Amino acid sequence: MTAVMIALPFVVSGYKVDFLTMLMVNVILAVSFRVITTTGGWSLAHVPMMGAGAYATALMSGNLGIPFWFSMPLAGLVAGLIGLGISYPLRRTEGFAFFVASFAAGEALRLCWIRFKIPFGGHQGLVVPPPMLVPGVQWLDFAEAIPYYFLTLVVTVFCLMIMHRLDVCRIGSTFKTIHSEENLAKSMGINTARYKMLALTIGSFFAGIAGVLLAHRLWAIEPDQFGFSTTLYLLVWVVFGGTTTFSGPILGVVVLSIIGELLRPLADWVPMVYGIIIILTLIFLPGGLESLPSRIGIPKGKFWRAQITVEDR
Amino acid sequence: MTHMAILELIGLGKNFGQNVAVNALDMTIEEGEIRGLIGPNGSGKTTIFNLITGFLKPSKGGIMWRGTDITGSAPHAVTKLGLARTFQLTTLFRDMTVLQNVIMAHHLHLRASLWHQFLKSSESRQEEKEIEDMSLVLLERMGIATRKDEIAGELPHGYQVALGIANALATGPKMILLDEPVGGMNPVETDETMQRIRTVRDQGITVFLVEHDMRAVVSTCDKITCINFGNKIAEGSPQMVCSHPEVIEAYLGEEVSCSL
Repeated sequence: MTAVMIALPFVVSGYKVDFLTMLMVNVILAVSFRVITTTGGWSLAHVPMMGAGAYATALMSGNLGIPFWFSMPLAGLVAGLIGLGISYPLRRTEGFAFFVASFAAGEALRLCWIRFKIPFGGHQGLVVPPPMLVPGVQWLDFAEAIPYYFLTLVVTVFCLMIMHRLDVCRIGSTFKTIHSEENLAKSMGINTARYKMLALTIGSFFAGIAGVLLAHRLWAIEPDQFGFSTTLYLLVWVVFGGTTTFSGPILGVVVLSIIGELLRPLADWVPMVYGIIIILTLIFLPGGLESLPSRIGIPKGKFWRAQITVEDR
Repeated sequence: MTHMAILELIGLGKNFGQNVAVNALDMTIEEGEIRGLIGPNGSGKTTIFNLITGFLKPSKGGIMWRGTDITGSAPHAVTKLGLARTFQLTTLFRDMTVLQNVIMAHHLHLRASLWHQFLKSSESRQEEKEIEDMSLVLLERMGIATRKDEIAGELPHGYQVALGIANALATGPKMILLDEPVGGMNPVETDETMQRIRTVRDQGITVFLVEHDMRAVVSTCDKITCINFGNKIAEGSPQMVCSHPEVIEAYLGEEVSCSL
């Protein structure tokens, strides 16, 4: 796995390297979304949280000249704090109410970027400089695709490791008890509201990191990138992959992105193909792609445990 | 046995809109007793449980727990004070194993900070080990230790109830509230469950249970309270309550009361 990821940018042609970079950004986005879904809530504010990270890094590195290594974690923190902020009113909502309320919170954030032209630039958005990592070193130019690919790879692996640890430690188990039976969790003395807020904050932090990586590669961001159509793609990936296991959302993003890329000549048809895939998934594989091994008779534990350790490296 | 009030309901009332679910209920439960709560369907039994454990906020009146006012406390805070509960129909973490259920139920025993849990520091791993040991002891006590690695949702009904009680006991309570512990059980399972409940009481934990199975209630409870339309209509020893004319009229009917 490691060797493949290192070799890939040298064997594929030009723009495909950027495709792989964006793929990794989306992997962080989907896995951070799963952190929230493990407590039971499907936050529709997650893509705007990615936007929060993107805008934060754009302002910090563009206007204030803060170096990338500082602006990235700081932008993640900004997204995390906004996540914490919206989680407070959201903490007692469940099911459909959570859906609607989180959507409203995300849209409110997006409207701020449109309405407040200073400093967010309105509909035109903001220009983001390519990251300056090691000032003065010319051959390591992160405006180029391949160096940026490796930067993204390192950050992605790091983020996945942290989120995987979160998933397997007791905190992750506590999140899952809330999803499983919230009232029982409460009666065991678990402060479910506080744990939900924690999940939303951590998820938003990593969504923010994904936003940083996105912004510094695209060099420009605008509010429409973080609108509902992107949220729909996120939901499709996650439904297709499944959320029970850590690898589910990763599988969903990777498989669907590759299908999308193969269909590039038929770009207008991609949403329809996605729609058909989702309908077929919901009918024939309601547990998502991750449930396939157990459906065709491979014992659950073994296969996925092997899979997860591979992803880890 | 010290005859000391552990839980007092003082004029407790709950309205849902125009509908009076519980009407100014006074009730005292003494430490170490097994108290039964009976009454027709819709008489407010589960509502009373939800009020005591903080899942519902009372419209009026108060709840005193060992001398302190806990009216309106959040469910997790009530559990922290030593008042645990089970739910009607077995509510478990159905996808987890039996052991994992009880391990998660030991939440209040956690001392390691979130940060230590995340890092899996030696302190945290030590604590996880202790919790696992305590969970195994608890499962042993409830007689389901041999089933520890089975998925909770796939257990036979009787064992699911036992696991539900084990989950409540894992919080380290001084009193547990059991909502229809023998509902849907055959006579053998019922006897086993009532035996478990007596064992719980013998460990010094006060028991308050809602149940429809009169044979089980009469044979196990020290004292019974009967309610109807949110009002208390009788309270006392099982024999007294079962021969109380209002209880017979509202709930038991002639035949049942004679056969008891």
